Amino acid sequence: MSKNYFQVIRAGINTTFQDEGRKNLYHVGIPFSGAMDKRNYLLSNKLVGNKINSPVLEFAYQGPLLKYFGDKINIAITGDVNFRIKKKKITIDGNCYQSLNLEDGDEVDILSTNKSVYGYLAIGGQIDLKYQWSSCSTNTKAIIGANDGKKFENEQVINISKLNNHLVEKKLNYLNTKIENIRIIKGTNFDYFSDKGKKIFLEKEFIVSKLTDRMGMRLEGQKIENIIDTNIKSEGLIKGVIQVPADGNPIVMLSDHGTIGGYPKIGVVISADYDKLVQLSPGSKIKFKQVDLSSAENLFKLYDLETQNLISQIE
Amino acid sequence: MIKNILNLGDAALYCDFGKDVNRETNTQVIRYFKSIQKENIASINNLSPSYNKLIISFDLKKTNFKDLKKLIENLNISNEDDLENKTIEVPVCCDENFALDIVRLENKLNLKREKIYENFFSKEFFCYMTGFIAGMPFLGDLSENMRANRLETPRVRVPKGSVALTEQFANIYTFESPGGWNVIGNSPLRIFDSSKEESPNLINPGDIVLFKEISKNQYENFNE
Repeated sequence: MSKNYFQVIRAGINTTFQDEGRKNLYHVGIPFSGAMDKRNYLLSNKLVGNKINSPVLEFAYQGPLLKYFGDKINIAITGDVNFRIKKKKITIDGNCYQSLNLEDGDEVDILSTNKSVYGYLAIGGQIDLKYQWSSCSTNTKAIIGANDGKKFENEQVINISKLNNHLVEKKLNYLNTKIENIRIIKGTNFDYFSDKGKKIFLEKEFIVSKLTDRMGMRLEGQKIENIIDTNIKSEGLIKGVIQVPADGNPIVMLSDHGTIGGYPKIGVVISADYDKLVQLSPGSKIKFKQVDLSSAENLFKLYDLETQNLISQIE
Repeated sequence: MIKNILNLGDAALYCDFGKDVNRETNTQVIRYFKSIQKENIASINNLSPSYNKLIISFDLKKTNFKDLKKLIENLNISNEDDLENKTIEVPVCCDENFALDIVRLENKLNLKREKIYENFFSKEFFCYMTGFIAGMPFLGDLSENMRANRLETPRVRVPKGSVALTEQFANIYTFESPGGWNVIGNSPLRIFDSSKEESPNLINPGDIVLFKEISKNQYENFNE
């Protein structure tokens, strides 16, 4: 055990270490993984003065309760998160998007993400983690990455191998906005579906089902009717692909998706909307809106510019 | 040759090599996959070769569909037969406790289990692709009389090591996973090893696989 560490008193529902993810392994059968909501991930690192692509804790719904032991340290939480800092004498309601100091014996209690799914906790320093294929992102399915490829468990420890030299005081005024419209590009099997099915897909509301995790998001709504074949020859998948199996309910591939699939692809979520998509919690309404490739490319430029602006505001 | 390149979303090229699933088409896919891999193109995030498709996903901050498509179309793809294919022997135990769907297959194929296993073990398989879960090989081709559909209701948990059939293919479950293939046995061989970062998969696209029957005793005392 190192001199500075966190004791995990309560692990939370689905807490893992994540960074930018791993590339060039789809052909092996290993997906990208990495932080689901990339913008909030990058911002959390910037707020504690870390290198922007450092590993962080990602949590979903209910987060962890952590007790800190060691020298003064910075943390920051991003997302739409309710949390408290318990100091020796007082308990403070925490604010997201600002650096906070922790001292020996302080506790961070992440109660819940507020009408969203994922939140991020960055720690100012280097966490002692195992890298696999240049990433420590935990992929619980393939049992790879930091924490022996497993999600957090009660009583485990997070060792900090090096604290940042300076405690920073940084803050960002930022509000996560929610959207119900998710923009998509037509998929390679769009014409497998009846005119009525296409209309339902592009005009009707769907509800995010409880069967949603880091691998995929299942949606429920009016059945999208297939008129050609409910199977295709198995082929590669990428995150954001929307497959429609025989039951007519769409499934959106998320960061830990299986790398090969055999259901027709009706659409693909544009890159600019991925961070917003993953934050839609079960029960949320979702509506797809079709855009063309060049609009999607421009929307991504805009998204990227906004992210860079937010990062540069944290100085 | 690539017949057509479409966009899959805003950050991937969808290269279509034609409708048919056969070794010739797949060899083309693998040749493109290996040639592009060798180029180390910085804007490419991932390559997904499958039976008759190659999906190239890229970093939208570094390139776009139009530019990468042009680059791929002008790439020199080696036509030489430089694919380094291995032949791998995979031991399989067909004890009743492992052969979860042998009775279903007997009924579906109208073949006795002895005949099913005889067909299976005498066949030389070709690895078309790997994936779905880490390291899972898709192996073909089963002869016409050995082809059965997936289970009507997929299993929630297929045991690790399960060797299973569906349609013209055989596969090996490298992890416990949900799945709907017809399980006929189990292999003690480690097919995916995450500690070997350079080559985590024992079986890769283009490789030849021969299955070899082993007894329960050999299975239990199996030592790699």
